[in-house]
Amino acid sequence: MERRATFRSPLLPWLLVLPQLLIIFVFFYWPTGEAFHWAFTLEQPWGGGRQWVGWQNFQEIFGSAAYWSSVRTSLTYAFGTSALAILIALLLALFIDREVRASRGWRVALIWPYAIAAPAIGMIFRFVFDPRAGVFSTLNALWPGAWDPALNGTHAMLMLILAGAWQLVAYNFVFFLAGLQSIPRPLIEAAAMDGAGPLRRMRDIQVPLLAPTFFFLVVINLTDSFTNSFGLVDIMTAGGPARATEIMVYKIYADGFKGLDYSGAAAQSIVLMGLVILLTVIQFRFVERKMHYR
Amino acid sequence: MVERRPWLDVFTHIVLLLSAVALLVPVWLALVAATQDVAGVNSVPIHWLPGGHLADNLAEAWRRGGFATRFTTSLIVAVGVTVGKIVLAMLAAFAIVFFSWRARVLVFWAIFITLMLPLEVRIVPTYAVAANALAPFQAILDATGLTGLIETVSGIHVALQWRLLNSYPGLILPLIATATGTFLYRQFFLTIPEELVEAAKMDGAGALRFLWDVLVPLSRTTMAALATIMFVYAWNQYLWPLLVTTEPERSTVMVELSRMVPRGDGLPEWNIVMAGALLAMLPPLAVVVLMQRWFVRGLVQTEK
Repeated sequence: MERRATFRSPLLPWLLVLPQLLIIFVFFYWPTGEAFHWAFTLEQPWGGGRQWVGWQNFQEIFGSAAYWSSVRTSLTYAFGTSALAILIALLLALFIDREVRASRGWRVALIWPYAIAAPAIGMIFRFVFDPRAGVFSTLNALWPGAWDPALNGTHAMLMLILAGAWQLVAYNFVFFLAGLQSIPRPLIEAAAMDGAGPLRRMRDIQVPLLAPTFFFLVVINLTDSFTNSFGLVDIMTAGGPARATEIMVYKIYADGFKGLDYSGAAAQSIVLMGLVILLTVIQFRFVERKMHYR
Repeated sequence: MVERRPWLDVFTHIVLLLSAVALLVPVWLALVAATQDVAGVNSVPIHWLPGGHLADNLAEAWRRGGFATRFTTSLIVAVGVTVGKIVLAMLAAFAIVFFSWRARVLVFWAIFITLMLPLEVRIVPTYAVAANALAPFQAILDATGLTGLIETVSGIHVALQWRLLNSYPGLILPLIATATGTFLYRQFFLTIPEELVEAAKMDGAGALRFLWDVLVPLSRTTMAALATIMFVYAWNQYLWPLLVTTEPERSTVMVELSRMVPRGDGLPEWNIVMAGALLAMLPPLAVVVLMQRWFVRGLVQTEK
């Protein structure tokens, strides 16, 4: 960060960062602080401000079966989505990196899903997997109830994971391709000279050298699945059937804005914050390793 | 290509074709659904080939969703977030990289930390702030006793109030309150050679002149990358607009789309809903396809 040739002025740098600082103070630091404040207090039923209750809000959420069910749901969704999206993207990138002709064209053909909004893709998957109008309607006509995400929790979760992975594949693909293209060509060529075929090179050179990208994407995918999944869930299942797809973000929304339990929602937010921060810390430790590899 | 293996190349093409098709299938089915009438879209088995009602369904979805106003709202929000983010990010990164001042490291970290927590995890208190964006300052005045002081001195009771619900600032500002762009710009500014700064100073350029005449033109590619990413991000926002626009009249395209979920006993009008979904996803799709190069660059850079 050190530079020799810099400008000096007592006031100007402050004026330049002021807009950014004001906005993050009002919309980031203050709300985050409020979340902590609310998590440790309870609003008095007949007014009179907030009363300090210590860890009571946390004890309540950790004692509630519905909360643990939402944690399990989140984990299932996050790991399911990430695993599927990363494996598919890795395969595609390995193939595209063979630099068959028109590989630029392939890139466009595979990247566009990232542009599509969660509500739109949620709506589309909801139609495609609709038990009466979608692709499985034939199946349901033969065996009624063979596929029904509106009644069967497992079906609903499967549908959600497919939609989530569909969205993330394009994103992962971009990073894997960038990672593959930064592997020095001579390395591949030398291996080919030594008689290693394409599959052998994938296994012994490309995939191991992609390890940093791989871990980076695992963290980013998990974080994204924990925080960014609201749109899909709200449109496709609204947390149902019987809370089978009620992920943590959705429960915070439902408890906070529908149940008006601000303290409970704030305590849940804090737990989720902890989880996200943990993932970020892992990511930073790993970014250092990435430097080391290069 | 390292060696010639025609069969493997054919196989590669087949794998890629299959995956491109697999990615396309859901959207293709949605497109087909948008070309059917109500009976066609609900028939078993599902149709794989388009019918002839696309124009009718698009027009109906456009009318029913009030998309003329929704698209204006979403466009203003997306452009507002894009421009706001670029301007703020550039100014802040400029101050952090090109000035030597004492609080620089502190400010850097204060901005850096915001990368950690996305809006979704602090959604409830952020909503409370949107109900009165000046509440933080009021609380500070109250806590420091300044409110009482001003009241005794001037007789005016200070009650700061700026309601952001159902307003453009309410839709835009919280989406700008992260550091993604700032870091993209910081990375770029760090690659500017010091000689350039020295030369500019030698020629008598002040800091702002340097920013405007040297850095802004040089940062065009960074700007394009950031702009595509931010536009797509802002257009596709759902949770925040859903909360902030309590009046249906002020909602964005995505929020309106969510209201189209078929309910009730009649035959679900999937044809209209799918037409609506196609309309809603068109603008960001156009941006990504037309500006693919910038989009990929922005995607890779913002995460580093």
